[in-house]
Amino acid sequence: MKVTIDGQEIEVEAGTTILQAARMIGGEVVPPAMCYYSKLKGSGGKCRCCLVDVTKGSDADPRPMPKLMASCVTGCQDGMEIASKASPRVQEARKAVTEFLLINHPLDCPICDQAGECDLQNLSFEHGKSESRFIEEKRTFEPEDIGPHIQLHMNRCILCQRCVQVADQLTDDRVHGVLDRGDHANISTYISKAIDNEFSGNMIDVCPVGALTDKTFRFKSRVWFNKPYNAHRECTTPGCCGKTTVWMFGNEIQRVTGRKDEFHEVEEFICNTCRFDKKEVTDWVIEGPREFEKDSVINQNNYTQKLEKVEIATEKNILLGRDQDRKKISMAANPLDTNTKKS
Amino acid sequence: MSQKILLDKINIPGIKTYEVYRQNGGYASVEKALKTLTPDEVVEEVKTSGLRGRGGAGFPAGMKWSFIDKKSGKPRHLVCNADESEPGTFKDRYLMEFIPHLLIEGMITSSYALGANLSYIYIRGEYMWVFKILERAIAEAKAAGFLGKNILGSGFDLELHVHCGAGAYICGEETALIESLEGKRGNPRIKPPFPAVSGLWANPTVVNNVETIAAVPWIVNNSGADYAKIGIGRSTGTKLISASGHIKNPGVYEIELGLSVYEFMNSDEYLGGMSSDRPLKAFVPGGSSVPVLPAHLIYKTAAGEDRLMSYESLSDGGFATGSMLGSGGFIVYNDTSCIVRNTWNFSRFYHHESCGQCTPCREGTGWMEKVLHRIENGHGREEDIELLLSIQSKIEGNTICPLGDAAAWPVAAAIRHFREEFEYHIRFPEKIKNRDHFVAEPFEKVKHLVSKVIV
Repeated sequence: MKVTIDGQEIEVEAGTTILQAARMIGGEVVPPAMCYYSKLKGSGGKCRCCLVDVTKGSDADPRPMPKLMASCVTGCQDGMEIASKASPRVQEARKAVTEFLLINHPLDCPICDQAGECDLQNLSFEHGKSESRFIEEKRTFEPEDIGPHIQLHMNRCILCQRCVQVADQLTDDRVHGVLDRGDHANISTYISKAIDNEFSGNMIDVCPVGALTDKTFRFKSRVWFNKPYNAHRECTTPGCCGKTTVWMFGNEIQRVTGRKDEFHEVEEFICNTCRFDKKEVTDWVIEGPREFEKDSVINQNNYTQKLEKVEIATEKNILLGRDQDRKKISMAANPLDTNTKKS
Repeated sequence: MSQKILLDKINIPGIKTYEVYRQNGGYASVEKALKTLTPDEVVEEVKTSGLRGRGGAGFPAGMKWSFIDKKSGKPRHLVCNADESEPGTFKDRYLMEFIPHLLIEGMITSSYALGANLSYIYIRGEYMWVFKILERAIAEAKAAGFLGKNILGSGFDLELHVHCGAGAYICGEETALIESLEGKRGNPRIKPPFPAVSGLWANPTVVNNVETIAAVPWIVNNSGADYAKIGIGRSTGTKLISASGHIKNPGVYEIELGLSVYEFMNSDEYLGGMSSDRPLKAFVPGGSSVPVLPAHLIYKTAAGEDRLMSYESLSDGGFATGSMLGSGGFIVYNDTSCIVRNTWNFSRFYHHESCGQCTPCREGTGWMEKVLHRIENGHGREEDIELLLSIQSKIEGNTICPLGDAAAWPVAAAIRHFREEFEYHIRFPEKIKNRDHFVAEPFEKVKHLVSKVIV
């Protein structure tokens, strides 16, 4: 079957979705995808980031489709013509979805562990605005502890439901899911207190945002201060390939993840032993540096420079604040404290 | 007195019970269909009748039936959508509560037409007492041999179950209803595949509204051509209208499509005019999700023709000057009611009922609700009106299911026709703070204030 995306023709097999065809072409025509994950069955269609304009249905039925279609769940037809980045309508829709995703998102990138490898950051860099039109109070959730390995930040979640599909498809006992509905829909374990099975760590890898982060790596380092290396070990867990990326700072392994490809999808899923317990260099056979995207923030710390010490150039005593500010905040004159006098 | 098809026997005492219903000609369509007609002939009759889906979208029912995949050899299902949750609509409840056997009869005949041996009625959780009425009616029909194995010796088997939802508007969307019926979270599925190919338990399924199915017995008893004679143009047959609001006689009415809106509003047979001497301000013809119309577009279309109660006439002029027949939830407002508050209320409903699956609806409905809440409470900003229009246009068409559109349309229509009222709320917050603003001062009296303010 022949499909044309933004003027570029490609020959695909029946059953290929538009997104897969676009990924075969590569480059600028690839729509962004926040919820679709090629390794997970039934994913996609939810985030609406990958909307495309089908300008010609097929050779048999050349009518254009009236609505924008989610490219990750729409199958290709022979002779289909699709406008992706070329269509202003599609650009408008992607901007709209980005704005919707961000209105209730905390925008706490400076303290978020995902920053630097976050799909939502990339999406808003590409399609977002610098200003928000949202002046309302953001929707928030009570924090919930979902176990010893994984930290859940529900406020950051965009409800792609990939983590639910991971638990469904990699394990036989899913204990978490989506509760409630509308903008209060949230990921929760509800009855069981902890997500505890050997493949639960993959939830962290599939999470496009910082909603699920690794507790063994939390606040240890920004991702761009780490160097990724391909590594492997003889893993005895059934179903685990033992092939990982280890993220190193000097000679210390700070984090272990699956090997992610250019679309930020892991090549193979790994077990929790590899991910959380094997943090010694001696545990691993290190194959060599892993490739990364040229424009990613990881490249800020590329291998041509030797990194020994991180220095942040700021004013001296910046954490103490300026003298005039300290006075304004007047921490000494606590009104509840009768012993201190007002200055 | 116009012709009644659904409600003609509603006043017979005891029509709820099988005996009385049977004595009054009930279940005749089952006998006729099973003994003298083939399933395809029944489908053909329904096609000829031009019966359109009464749930809101108005898709021709016969056409929907003919799409069902009979070649695959998989078992087929008929599901009746009794999850009537549209604000302003209560016709199905009335039908099921007072003449439950009509629905059961329609289900048997329709299942026969589709070749379905296992059919369901999915009813909303709030209709618990109606659920019990239906259960009783099914037991009676089963005892009389109209359900179960080998109905009337024809060799056709049918099991009919009533399933109770748990109170979610989204479960009225057909694929969400199917998910809910399967015992899952009621999230709409991504289409295609359509239910006619892969619906309940991945089998071919038809989902129809209560009123659509209840119209089938009459069509079979008489003929599709007879049904097509009632009504006007492509709007054939009769329609139940749930009328509410500032009118003299609220309630459920069966009308022949093509009746003029003026006659429906003012004749004593129907609504009997406004409830007080306050004038008509606006009306919503088809439940909360369709656009609201201002007074000057109610009785006449923009082209100056009489507005009729039909699919075509109500949508005349598109969304600029028209609306939709929808599910027939006819809501009338007089000049004491505040359109901003009404829009906020609808918006709050959609925010509450959004399933949270896809981004534009999950985030957009909540945003619109918050902005409208601010405007209604006197904290609006001038740019909020444009903001609302922008949000709604970004939800519309970008969602998985029509709930996003349903949330977007009323907001767009309210601003389109009643923009000055929004401006009044924003510019004169002190006048609206007691929430009785239009009771003492109808908007017509204060309208001049809005135009004087130069922003």
